[in-house]
Amino acid sequence: MAEEKKLFKVTIDNITVEVEPGTTILNAARQIGGDVTPPAMCYYSKLKGSGGKCRTCLVEVAAGSTADPRPMPKLVASCRTNVMDGMIVKNITSEKVQDARAGVVEFLLINHPLDCPICDQAGECHLQDLSYEHGKEGTRFEFAKRTFKKHDLGPYIQLHMTRCILCYRCVFVAEQLTNSRVHGVLDRGDHAEIATYIEKALDNDFIGNVIDVCPVGALTDKTFRFKNRVWFTKPVNASCNCDKCSGKVHLWMRGDEVLRVTARKDQWGEVEDWICNTCRFERKDIKDWTIEGPVKVNRHSVISQGHYVGLKKPNETFSRVMNGRQPKLLMDIHSVSEVNRSDVNLAAIPGPAHSTDFEKKKEG
Amino acid sequence: MRVKLLLKDAHVEGIRYYDTYRKQGGYAAVEKALKMTPEAIVEEVKKSGLRGRGGAGFPTGMKWSFIAKPEGIPRHLVCNADESEPGTFKDRYLMEFIPHLLIEGLIISSFALGSNATYIYIRGEYAWIPDILEQAIVEAKAHGFLGKNILGSGFDCEIYVQRGAGAYICGEETALIESLEGKRGNPRIKPPFPAVKGVWDRPTVVNNVETLSAVVPIINLGGEEYAKIGVGRSTGTKLISACGNINKPGVYEIDMTISVEEFIYSDEYCGGIANGKRLKACIPGGSSVPILPANLLLKTAKGETRYMNYESLSDGGFATGSMMGSGGFIVYDEDQCVVRNTYTLARFYRHESCGQCSPCREGTGWMEKILKNIDSGKGKMSDIDLLWDIQRKIEGNTICPLGDAAAWPVAAAIRHFRDEFEWHVLNPEECLRRNYGLAHYADAREVVA
Repeated sequence: MAEEKKLFKVTIDNITVEVEPGTTILNAARQIGGDVTPPAMCYYSKLKGSGGKCRTCLVEVAAGSTADPRPMPKLVASCRTNVMDGMIVKNITSEKVQDARAGVVEFLLINHPLDCPICDQAGECHLQDLSYEHGKEGTRFEFAKRTFKKHDLGPYIQLHMTRCILCYRCVFVAEQLTNSRVHGVLDRGDHAEIATYIEKALDNDFIGNVIDVCPVGALTDKTFRFKNRVWFTKPVNASCNCDKCSGKVHLWMRGDEVLRVTARKDQWGEVEDWICNTCRFERKDIKDWTIEGPVKVNRHSVISQGHYVGLKKPNETFSRVMNGRQPKLLMDIHSVSEVNRSDVNLAAIPGPAHSTDFEKKKEG
Repeated sequence: MRVKLLLKDAHVEGIRYYDTYRKQGGYAAVEKALKMTPEAIVEEVKKSGLRGRGGAGFPTGMKWSFIAKPEGIPRHLVCNADESEPGTFKDRYLMEFIPHLLIEGLIISSFALGSNATYIYIRGEYAWIPDILEQAIVEAKAHGFLGKNILGSGFDCEIYVQRGAGAYICGEETALIESLEGKRGNPRIKPPFPAVKGVWDRPTVVNNVETLSAVVPIINLGGEEYAKIGVGRSTGTKLISACGNINKPGVYEIDMTISVEEFIYSDEYCGGIANGKRLKACIPGGSSVPILPANLLLKTAKGETRYMNYESLSDGGFATGSMMGSGGFIVYDEDQCVVRNTYTLARFYRHESCGQCSPCREGTGWMEKILKNIDSGKGKMSDIDLLWDIQRKIEGNTICPLGDAAAWPVAAAIRHFRDEFEWHVLNPEECLRRNYGLAHYADAREVVA
């Protein structure tokens, strides 16, 4: 094709990027990367029709296009708004956006149980990341959180409806990956829930992918349930000859034991290739897999430790809280444990950290 | 004598049936319109300045001219009869008593838009009205106004009545389209707008019952004549469904030149406040629009008389004005409690939120819980500011206007009646026993007299 496509120039937070027509603001921002990218809880680039629901990716459009430079009156969902040539978008540079986003985070959290200590998703949870980065400390919600009747989704998938933020991703997965969707959203408003209408197991070959797309711990892997915390497991790239799917997976290992199998995810936490249920739930033996190498986790999750370096330690406030007394039996865990030294940026180390990483630092 | 266009024959016995309707000059507009070109009809509607009667007040002619006309793809007209706004019951009156007026308007509009299959989406709670409409359709068909080759013009049109299942959200046009397609009534994310991709991805126009009925007098009179009725950009007549503490609740047709004061107090319309009470507040356009205290309702902030039209009611923006909305005129007398009223509305919006986007799903429930506390004397002072902050974070950040509709009543109640909220917090026991009363926003009319 000799015909040259005209690229659209779009400026996001004063950074200009050229993208193809038809790109959404969110995807244009992802091309820039870094802090400029709005968070997305419901949008999933691999699922058609997703997005627009969670409202965390709201941005301000300061100028619609070169042809029509009027600003848009409302904040727009960047995942569902296409760029125009000459569009000027404000994300982190807009106070309005920051304020609205903090509001959305608060809304998402008021009915979320915040049971992270017992949640299998903790550590790789997008809602955790979102609230760390955009939320406010403390809550103003003083009422009982809503609860749901438990639904059983079969032997592989555990549903915790209380954690759900109704992103609809799992509904799209069932609709687009499987030939019959048996679960969906029942009811409406704040009592809307993900369920099968009459108790039914989800048993399609590719239905396991709902676990990977779930941004929170609402859908988790029953074969991994309560087995381990994700930050103690080491992800490695592995593959196998599977007749149903690509066979390209992440194995989450502890020692030689395969604790969990998930699809490979890119830097935005999105699945690269969908995997089948057999790979995900049945192949838990290291002999089933060809290991290709360690995974570089570069999403802002506690798996990539070191992300929260520079957090203020509570030392200074102890005496104030305890009316001037100093705690007697308080150990500074950072000085006791070798592997918890905060001056070592674990994120900077390629692959899983090893004790040698700490030794080297000491010498140097 | 006030002009009446839609309800001029409403008093005639048997107007529900074809024979009487025809005798009163019905279906003359169809005969006239089918001799015109579709473009000419759209042009007439544009000239008439008709604005959507469903609430937003968008110019109908302009909406019609936006419809995409791709080759080989059918277009559809959908009549939005999902009238669920609390306080609004004008469409019900039209459909129940003069169904042929709507059918006539639908035939003309379908011809203008090129829709061969036209749908009436009616709310589930109007359980008996679909039968009336279907009978009217059968009658119209028997007389050659529907079906194949209408009046020899070569234009085919069928009208189908689709019942909703009882959801306020399905009055939002894209949710209505989803529901019409047989899916869950979740609003779609726009763009694409229905004029490009609507029902089954075909270009679609969704219009309110009253809007489509108003097309009949526009064709009969001509667009320019129609535009002479009313004032400024508020042309034609508007149906107002008045309810609340008034002597004569009901559906009234006004020509938008009368003042709010006249509408409430004249015997032709509401006939004054019931039981000799005084006016406290009013929601002038259906439950979603901001409530106004009596002093701001009768006179604008500038001290001018407020009239019953789009511009005058929204004079002063949301700070001191409201909206025409869908014409659900809800009047409160001095005995009514604004906090209780706001709680009732918040409960409605919480119940009707589709749950698709987070600010609306979580925010409406939260507001309801706080308002319930304040109403039952368990509130705190900080709750009032919290409510204000929540509504601010819902408004404008949702997919569809339901979020705004839930936020505005709360915002307006706090804006104009903050002292009443504070009184509820300060007098937790007394507020359960008696009402806050009139205070400074009392009926300006009575104070002057």
